[in-house]
Parts: sequence; structure tokens; C-alpha cells
Amino acid sequence: MNKIHNAFENKKAFIGFLTAGDPTFEDSFNNIMAMVKGGADLIEIGIPFSDPIAEGPVIQDANIRALSHGMTTDCAFELAEKVRQNTDIPICFMTYLNPVFKYGYDRFFERCQKIGVDGLICPDMPYEEKHEAADVAQKYGVSVISLIAPTSEERIKMIASEAEGFIYIVSSMGVTGVRSEIKTDIGHIMEAVKKYAKVPAAVGFGISKPEQAKKMADLSDGVIVGSAIVKLVAQYGSEAPDHIYEYVKSMKDAIR
Amino acid sequence: MAKGRYGDFGGQYIPETLMNEIHKLEDAYEFYKNDKQFNDELNTLLREYAGRPSLLYYAEKMTKDLGGAKIYFKREDLNHTGSHKINNVLGQALLAKKMGKTRIIAETGAGQHGVAAATAAALLGLECEIFMGKEDTIRQALNVYRMELLGAKVNPVTSGTMTLKDAVNEAMRDWTTRVDDTLYVLGSVMGPHPFPMIVRDFQSVISKEAREQILEKEGKLPTAVMACVGGGSNAMGMFYNFINDKDVRLIGCEAAGRGVNTGETAATIATGTLGIFHGMKSLFCQNEYGQIAPVYSISAGLDYPGIGPEHAHLHEIGRAEYVPVTDDEAVNAFEYIARTEGIICAIESAHAVAHLMKIAPAMSRDDIIICCLSGRGDKDVAAIARYRGIDLHE
Repeated sequence: MNKIHNAFENKKAFIGFLTAGDPTFEDSFNNIMAMVKGGADLIEIGIPFSDPIAEGPVIQDANIRALSHGMTTDCAFELAEKVRQNTDIPICFMTYLNPVFKYGYDRFFERCQKIGVDGLICPDMPYEEKHEAADVAQKYGVSVISLIAPTSEERIKMIASEAEGFIYIVSSMGVTGVRSEIKTDIGHIMEAVKKYAKVPAAVGFGISKPEQAKKMADLSDGVIVGSAIVKLVAQYGSEAPDHIYEYVKSMKDAIR
Repeated sequence: MAKGRYGDFGGQYIPETLMNEIHKLEDAYEFYKNDKQFNDELNTLLREYAGRPSLLYYAEKMTKDLGGAKIYFKREDLNHTGSHKINNVLGQALLAKKMGKTRIIAETGAGQHGVAAATAAALLGLECEIFMGKEDTIRQALNVYRMELLGAKVNPVTSGTMTLKDAVNEAMRDWTTRVDDTLYVLGSVMGPHPFPMIVRDFQSVISKEAREQILEKEGKLPTAVMACVGGGSNAMGMFYNFINDKDVRLIGCEAAGRGVNTGETAATIATGTLGIFHGMKSLFCQNEYGQIAPVYSISAGLDYPGIGPEHAHLHEIGRAEYVPVTDDEAVNAFEYIARTEGIICAIESAHAVAHLMKIAPAMSRDDIIICCLSGRGDKDVAAIARYRGIDLHE
């Protein structure tokens, strides 16, 4: 049974991202469990890709660290499995389409179902190209998450009305990374999304501070934080779990 | 399935942030490609500024020396800026202006596309930023300075393997931050639709001219046309108007680097597998998990881990042949054509010349080969000297 809706039930969701295997399998497991303990409602596990075109430097570097330590799609599945054995929290994979395509859509989503990975986020799979993967994912009860960007405008209707799991609202133009200010009119986008969507919508890209999180969560159903967490991973190494716990707790408290 | 498919290849696998812009580009191109004023302006630029039509040159000495097929070179190296890249950038930069853009960005490998883009931007009054792998800015330092002379800003890309694919990544990242005033002027027949189609159309002038020229000179079509292939823009341009001439062989020459079995290669058709990257479904050099492989070639312009979707399709249906050519063979050909015909061609083009030298002797005197000399080789002289152990620096 897909668990994504649990993340949004009677609350604003805090969604935390990190890259699998950054810098090692064990570290990323400990960091994920620290996020869970800190109050995260959904975990996004990045399967590293050699050429992550939607990422800024922070997550690009995490991808390189993970790949250079031997992380693979199979290892990422093992990581998700270990997390699943320890918690019921909803889990999504975030990666680029090529690693999924190359693994084989059937093989990939079947294994997601078996382990209990609830969704997949692919920034290079727009609405027009989603069906080759989404149709297979549906067979296995895995949600392919739709993204909506500041430039989506009249596309919001077709994207939102078919969206599953949750909708990922890209807060800003450009790539992932910490931003001091989010200039997009998120309220305006949310209004259009809510008109057509049957699922909740969370805002990501650029959110790092509790006050930003509160502002975005007030306008939507939750916030997604990646680069700020990955920065802690890079900065504190094996000491990262304590820092991640404190950070996630402060962010979750801000949006309660 | 989105538009822009060549068989199963192609598509539009890009971030949502770019989708509206890419549709606007499709609409603009569909309109302007049939617009008389646009075509008049473009044709004037091609004729008066780029120097078209380019020559179809009969290489009599090589023909005699190799002793087989009659050899013609399509001299794209004689275009303004020294390569075929100008055909595409004049088209796209003019399109950018018509769309109301004030800035263009471009990736470059060898620097030829970057120089061409900077040139078009200077001429048409557009701001221009070029993304170039740091490794390539070292290999092609002269072209970096050329772009700067032309008023462009060159951003050395330090991510990944610091070569052409990373330059494309960075250009795409830049475009997602700034779509309103910027057009990404892609340099090859790759990326998301409509780029493979737009670039092919603008480059097809090569085969349009070559077909007319050979009919005028020889009264018949060639046995084969050939070109080097990285992403594949000069090859697509050289092939396009011959695709329906079923008896004309189409031969693409890929960069095998140190050899297709060495791991230090960029021969995508020979070693790649089906994947989805840089906005397109096509063939890519990659590992079993879909991580894009570091590729290698002496030629910065062919040092790309993928190939345009229309080439992948022509390969799959058997209409075109693709062959790997090593660094060594290309350098030998570079030297041979210089000595024999007095032409210093680009090391990229020398890959096609190398294969030409293999197949021409086995053909008869009635056969005709047209080989595209995609660019001139001034930029490569120092690197070739170093390859031969001569310590020559620009």
C-alpha cells in the first residue's frame, strides 16, 4: 500500500533529501535515521547520477562522492530496504531517468514495490515523456511524482490533474541549491494546482531556513529540503547525524 | 510520447522548467522556417557573410595517389570562422533575435561552435556566454581567446570530466535559470526536440549544395558521402539530402580514441547502448547502471559520449554505416592530406579522411566519394605536434 499520503495527513510535511552512499552506505543510513528521528515525514533518497543536470554544486558533489565510493542502483535499493526495515516512513527515490531506464522499468518498479519504496522523482522526465515509466510504475503501485515549475503556467492543469502521490513545486528557476530569497509567487501557483490536483503539493528548491520553511508551508502542503542537508553531510562526515537531527527538528518545528 | 522522434530515438527528456520554452522554440521555428523574410535574411548572411556556397573540390592528387574512387571534398573548412558550425549558429541566432531574445548561450568542445556562436552574437548584437570544459579550454586555448576577442564570456566548466558533455550540462543548467531573455544555441543534432531537427535543417545546406555541385560536375550521384561524427551535425548535414538516394552510401566516422576495445574511446555506435540523456533517447557510452562513461578522443570536437537521435535511427534501419577511426589513423590522415593536397583540416574531419583513405583504393574509377571537411585545422597544429613528440606550444 502506497504510504505517501501519510506524510501529509493532518500536518504540513517535511521532506528531507540526501544522496545514497554519500559518502558511504552506512553514513547515509545513519543520516536518514537522524532525519526520521528529527521528525521528517517523507524521505527522498537520491540515486546518484554522473550528470545531474538539475542540481547545483552541493548535490553535484554529493553525487560524485557517492559514485566514487561505489554506490550503485542496487546498493541504493539495499539502503532503502534497510531503512524500510527500521521505519514506516514514506520513501521516494530521486534520480535521473537514465539509471531507471537502464535498470529496466519493470525490474526497477517491481523492486520498489517489493521493498516498499513509494515513489520516484525524475527531474528529466516531463509530462510529455512520463508515460513510458509511469505506466509501468502504476502496475507496481509506485507513484511517479510530477514537478511543476515557475514557468509551467498553462501546463499546470494537465500536470496537476494526472499527478499521483504528491506534486513537487519547483520554487525557483535554475538548479537545486540554497537560496537567500524565493521570488516566485508560490501562492499563485498553488491556487492553480489546487484547482486540478487530487494530491497534496510540497515546495522545494532553495529552502534552507526555518522561517523560509514556515512561509512556504503556509502556502502549500509541505516543504522539500535537499542541499541544506547535503551540506551538513559534507561538512560533518560521520558526526553528521546529530547535526541533521537538530536541523530537521528545527525545520519541522517551524512548520508545525 | 512527445514529438521529435526518429523511430524510438529522440524525444524531450528535460526539466519541467524548460518545457514551455522548448515549445515556444518549436512554434517559432515552425513559423520562421517558412517565413520568406527570415529565409531571405538567413540566405543573405550565408552568402555574404559566411561565404556560401562552399566549394566542392576535386582532390586530384589524392585520387591518383590512392588509385581508386574519385575523391571530392566539401570544403566547410573554408567557411567564415573555419567550420560548418557557422551554418547552424547564423540560423539559430537569427531565430533568437526574431523570438525577442537578447542573449545566447552555447556549449563547445573543440571551440568551433563556441567561436561560431560568439561570431554570430557579435554580428547580430546579442550577448553571448560559452560553456567549455576546463580540459578543452587548455587543449584549445587559442579558440578561447578568439571567443573573448569576439566579445563572448567563456565559462570553463570544472564539473565531471571537464569536457563537452559537462559543458552541455552546464549550459542546460544556465538555461533553466534564464529562459526569458536567453536561447540555448545547441551546436549539434542532439538534445531535446526541436534541436536535432533545427540543427539538421540548418546544416542540410551542406548536402543540398553538394548534391547540386556533383550533378553539375559529374552528371551523376556519388557512390558514398562521408563525414566525421561526434554529436553528428556535419554528418547529418552531409547526409540529409542524400538519404532518399538509396544507392548513395552514407558513412559516419566516429572517434575511436585509442581503440574501441581500450575503454579510451568516444565511438558511441561501436560501444554505446540505448539510454536517455541530454534530453534525448539515443545511444550513449555508459555503464550497466546508466552512468555516463568518461570518453576519450584526441579530437575535442568528437569527445562526446552520445550521438544525435537521427543518426541512431539511420544506424538502426541500416541506412547509414558508422565506423570507428583511431587517434593514430586520424593523425596520419591529418598529415597526409596536408602533404598531398595542401589542406590542413580539423582533426575531427581527419577522422573521415582516414576512413576515406581505407575505402577509396578498393573502389573503381567510376566511383565517386564526397567527404566533408567540416573544419580547418589551425587550432589542432600544436596538439598534433605534441602527439608527434614535438614540444610546441601556442
